[in-house]
Amino acid sequence: MTQIAPPAPRIVPDRLQSPLSRALRSWEMLLLGVAVAIFIINSFASPYFLNVWNLSDATFNFTEKAMIAFAMAMLIIAGEIDLSVASIIALASTAMGLVMTAGYGTPVIALAGIATGVVCGVVNGTFVARFNLPSIVVTIGTMSLFRGVSYIILGDQAFTGYPKDFAFFGQGYVGWVISFELALFVVTALAFYLLLHRTNFGRAVYVIGNNATAAQFSGIRVARVRFTLFVLTGLMSGIAAVCLTSRLGSTRPSIATGMELEVITMVVLGGVSILGGSGRILGVVLAAFIMGLVTFGFGLLNVPGIVMSIFLGLLLISTIAIPRLIRRK
Amino acid sequence: MKPLLKSREALLALVILAMTIAIALRFPAFVAPANLANVINDTAPLMILGLGQMIVILTKCIDLSVTATLALTGMVAALLNGMGVPLPLILLIVIALGAALGAVNGVLVWKVGIPSIVVTLGTMTIYRGVIFLMTDGKWVNAHQMSDGFKALPRAVILGFPVMSWIAFALIAIFAVLMTRTALGRAFYAVGGNPHAAVYAGIDVGKTQFAGFVLSGALAGLTGYLWIARYAVAYVDVASGFELNVVAACVIGGISIAGGVGSVAGVILGAIFLGIIANALPVIGISPFWQMAISGLAIVVAVAFNATQSRAPGRLILKQVDA
Repeated sequence: MTQIAPPAPRIVPDRLQSPLSRALRSWEMLLLGVAVAIFIINSFASPYFLNVWNLSDATFNFTEKAMIAFAMAMLIIAGEIDLSVASIIALASTAMGLVMTAGYGTPVIALAGIATGVVCGVVNGTFVARFNLPSIVVTIGTMSLFRGVSYIILGDQAFTGYPKDFAFFGQGYVGWVISFELALFVVTALAFYLLLHRTNFGRAVYVIGNNATAAQFSGIRVARVRFTLFVLTGLMSGIAAVCLTSRLGSTRPSIATGMELEVITMVVLGGVSILGGSGRILGVVLAAFIMGLVTFGFGLLNVPGIVMSIFLGLLLISTIAIPRLIRRK
Repeated sequence: MKPLLKSREALLALVILAMTIAIALRFPAFVAPANLANVINDTAPLMILGLGQMIVILTKCIDLSVTATLALTGMVAALLNGMGVPLPLILLIVIALGAALGAVNGVLVWKVGIPSIVVTLGTMTIYRGVIFLMTDGKWVNAHQMSDGFKALPRAVILGFPVMSWIAFALIAIFAVLMTRTALGRAFYAVGGNPHAAVYAGIDVGKTQFAGFVLSGALAGLTGYLWIARYAVAYVDVASGFELNVVAACVIGGISIAGGVGSVAGVILGAIFLGIIANALPVIGISPFWQMAISGLAIVVAVAFNATQSRAPGRLILKQVDA
């Protein structure tokens, strides 16, 4: 999947751009503009849009996906990908259903979901980092495997009847209109911002994405970083599974089908290069807001979900295509 | 000559044989010629799609939009049939439409330089969305299709239905294409060493484009066969089946890194999955196991592929001192 192009002539500018003009020209600024534009269009398109409770509801459209997207962004920056995240949600949700059926309370149910996510991440990470296999095939395989296990356990049945206090994760509010999921979204965004942009681990992720061989020679434990990233993605998928299951109040093996596409779209829209090596958490946060606002706006206008997915597909392709086409001129 | 046991295809054929014998010991009816022909026929769409996917993977790309292409062309075939368009024309149209949809993927990869996984993840949802826009989510059911339209893939000639014969013919054509033509060699060259391919005068992007067009055309043809055989067309036809197609390739030894694989391999990979799918109900295991089993088969196959690394290049100039 690599592209072969002759090396471009290097133009060295005689002075650096000022920090302000660099910030103004950045991808994040463009995203911010788009987000504001969509916000304004939506508030004209529907009289129900500018209502704090409606807006608070709208955040559920992206909070769970965004939590996974932060981890996926780091994975993609490091040059890997995980297509199995939605299947991890299915398996984690099934595990929670099993634990619930066995009669355990909310804390154990939630822990079971998170632990299942971590175990799935360990499986992916072991195959990719330990056995040095391409992450795309491994996770296509585990995508079938994890969801397949859910189907074996559940068949065409569903787990329902989660305890009342379990509903807090997906339906509870920590204060006024701030839902638990929104608060968790903010906390994870901050945590991933610090991890990626303020730690040695984060630097290592960029180095691996740009040149894994050079990273190895400069003393970075490449395999260990890759493994950790897969476990982190599994962990976030597990947490997302807790939130989603709690919000829906039931588990079916088809839960979150196709969510990997939305997560990857969010990451790519956020300005993370699909070839690895560049991207920022702030971009992913803004992309999450944009996708949430668009979904919510379409919903208010009664546009069917599948039309929304066409839009997502176009968005995914055009966000990568347009900058490339412009740069070529 | 390569030792037979070291050849990956021979090994996979042995595994399939052992598996079939094990099933036959308990359930002799499974290996009755009529049932085996049935298994082959059930596997025909997987084989046809696998041929296209193999070429795409050989060139270091991947096509996740094959089944969306299949569903879209199948729906178009069903709608055209409803309008009274003659069958030969429908066949031409679905193949051309499939090729055009493949060309969209190909152009985005070739001319815009977007990684194929992103392109086809995107077009996968777009193509299915287009079906919804065309039909408003309505189904085309058996009674809305003409008898001739439904009969073609099922007509039996010499013990096999036409669908199987189409698959056999395509296998023969692609075996020749891959081993006896310049284009076939180009597919291997582009995946094996893109830089060397450029120096050998092969246009890497154009070859990848050709792969996507072929994959799309095959998916278009399969679209008609699928819809006519199951006699129903709707938005979610064959949804998720693209993973089985990739699985058939990976199990058949097509390296996801490109440049390695053969027609025999992918066909055996498809048969392997086909036998499992058909044997599960016979042995009395719930069909819900199938997804997990093919997932496991992918992971095991890719791990196995990695252990059988390619033979190192031959040293043609020895270093005198070191």
